Amino acid sequence: MKTNPTNILLWLIVSLLGASAVGGIALHRGESINALWFITAALCIYAISYRFYAAWIAATVLSIDPSRATPAERLSNGRDYVPTHRWIVFGHHFAAIAGPGPLVGPTLAAQFGYLPGTLWILFGAVLGGCVQDMTTLFFSTRRNGKSLGQMARDELGAIGGSAALIATFLIMTILIAVLGLVVVNAMKNSPWATSTVAATIPIAMLVGLYMYKLRPGRVLEGSALGVVLLLMAVAGGGWLDGQAGLRVWFDHPGLSLAFAVIVYGFAAAILPVWLLLAPRDYLSTFVKLGTVVLLALAIVWLRPDIKMPALTQFVDGSGPIFGGKLFPFVFITIACGAISGFHALIASGTTPKLLSNERDIRMIGYGGMLMESLVAMMAMIAATVLDPGVYFAINSPAGVVGKTATEAVATISAWGFPVTVEQMSMLAQQMGEATLFARTGGAPSLAVGMASIFGSTFGQGMLAMWYHFAIMFEAIFILTTLDAGTRVGRFMLQDMLGNLWPAMGRTSWYPSVLLSSGLVVAAWGYFLYIGVIDPNGGVNILWPLFGISNQILAAIALCVATGILVKSGKLKYAWITVLPLIWLVIITSTASWQKLASSDPRIGFIAAANSLSDKLAAGALPPDKAAVAPQLIFNQQLDAVLVLFFVVLLWLIVGDMLRVCARHLRGKPVPPLAETAYHPSELEQAWVRD
Amino acid sequence: MGARLKLIDVCQSFWQAVRQLSGDDGYERYLAHHAAAHPDTSPLSRSAWFAHRQQQKWSGVNRCC
Repeated sequence: MKTNPTNILLWLIVSLLGASAVGGIALHRGESINALWFITAALCIYAISYRFYAAWIAATVLSIDPSRATPAERLSNGRDYVPTHRWIVFGHHFAAIAGPGPLVGPTLAAQFGYLPGTLWILFGAVLGGCVQDMTTLFFSTRRNGKSLGQMARDELGAIGGSAALIATFLIMTILIAVLGLVVVNAMKNSPWATSTVAATIPIAMLVGLYMYKLRPGRVLEGSALGVVLLLMAVAGGGWLDGQAGLRVWFDHPGLSLAFAVIVYGFAAAILPVWLLLAPRDYLSTFVKLGTVVLLALAIVWLRPDIKMPALTQFVDGSGPIFGGKLFPFVFITIACGAISGFHALIASGTTPKLLSNERDIRMIGYGGMLMESLVAMMAMIAATVLDPGVYFAINSPAGVVGKTATEAVATISAWGFPVTVEQMSMLAQQMGEATLFARTGGAPSLAVGMASIFGSTFGQGMLAMWYHFAIMFEAIFILTTLDAGTRVGRFMLQDMLGNLWPAMGRTSWYPSVLLSSGLVVAAWGYFLYIGVIDPNGGVNILWPLFGISNQILAAIALCVATGILVKSGKLKYAWITVLPLIWLVIITSTASWQKLASSDPRIGFIAAANSLSDKLAAGALPPDKAAVAPQLIFNQQLDAVLVLFFVVLLWLIVGDMLRVCARHLRGKPVPPLAETAYHPSELEQAWVRD
Repeated sequence: MGARLKLIDVCQSFWQAVRQLSGDDGYERYLAHHAAAHPDTSPLSRSAWFAHRQQQKWSGVNRCC
């Protein structure tokens, strides 16, 4: 570390700038605040935490040793263990961790106003999410790239290992269902969006055939072809929307689209990966990186004003998009972008097998998460540059604000967010849609936000094009997550079933593939189906469930890291993982408790089930609602059981970690550290660097 | 002249990075690894390598939320 005066001055300026930006955002009250403040605050905080906190963790807490050979060097096999340049690993890692989560969560959390979500994205990331990713990456690297589940089993015991496995399977199920719901809400009764999203399937297959049969392994050629075709599909969707004879083929209500997504998910899970999943992933990665960079440039260029107030009245728990008070629900709603347990599965497994030097762990683990946090920040900006009235009109489900446009507009204006029917139909017309009301889930409002930012930067004439580009952009990597998640779920299920009946464990045995894929698809398909038929918008139920499960997975990762730190004799530094762990335990336990016990039917599952069955018994429901009520009641009860199960899982593993730590501190035997022995690195770059 | 050469260098290393990031040069790197580690056996063909690589890549968790 250099401590010359210029350096000190530089960091002093960055600190002052960051502090005044955060202060500006937090204390500002009035008409509007410029989005550039958000970017400035984020970049300063990221820079300071990376330069000082992450460097200190790397040097002092983890004692990163650049002279030590990494698994990629020792076990190099040209396949999964490959020493790779750090920027390349960073690219792979970032592409793997950043999915649609950081775009959807902040958009939904904007119902509380811009401030709570923004602060959580900033401080949750630098103190929680980045630390989780970095420590998990480090410990997995020291264990030949073992998975989180294996580490939990080795370091804590069988309970920890099983808890990690079950939590992963459940979070996958809920995640896929809620993401499916986001896509369905974006496509319902929109021939343009539906045809564009549908076109991505044959395009991906075409690219797959190109890369597999025509020009094997030419990834860039195939992807370039695919991106051009995707852009044509966006434009083609607009043309199709104008053809009365064609558009009816793609004009469907939510339920039919949900079944289409379910059938698609099953097909994607049993088709060979080269045909659909792999090429779709290449396309989504390129489109994702391109769009994120474009959005960042457009925000800096345009410097839009934030129109959402810092705090809305919905901090009291009456929010239209999801019920629940600011505490704990803002922390549950924004998981990805602040702290996401799912990352621990990437940081243990694929990424550690690529590291050529331990020194890269800070940049990839901590830095990769900072990038995701920045993406979440941009999603927050895109959601809050909209007029709040428009934001609520797009995102509020019909069951809350009323079925007709007039009712919805009246309800939302009465909240103090003026919006008119004309304004909404004008906006819908500009975006090339029939209506934008009740498109809950985040994707459409983000698309409107992005379209208006891009439109102001690159010209207003193409708003509808930008809108549908943004919808396509989100749909394509939501579907990638859906495909990949279903496949991983299938492998996990095959693994579990293989313990009961060995033939089921053979991952390529077709009856086993069909059965296990069918079970996984049925599991998330069920939640997707319920989410679509729920008049209050399934997002209200599914997104908090997803947030809770994701944060519980994060808590498991932090338990494993804490256990290893204590066992390595680093008790005095264990607070780096203990502090975020305590916070996660508090928020997930509180949220779970409220989801179980709250008497508000928009928050408590049991209250919701009871209120609905009372109404059903009294005959107070209109026939269409009465028909689905028994299913909704059952689902609320099932969700209650699920939440209870999650929180029991959490406390089991926290208890297991505390038990192991206490035994270690009292000198009693505990599972030994599974760290691999030291081997000096022979890679030349280890010595010539810096 | 020197500046122009430098620009070409920059473009080339950028292109290399793009190829490596996307996995476009994966087969070349596989051949290099194979020649170094197992010189006595013949390497997989380009399409067999690609099929194997895809299968392996999508056997674990590698996409997140």
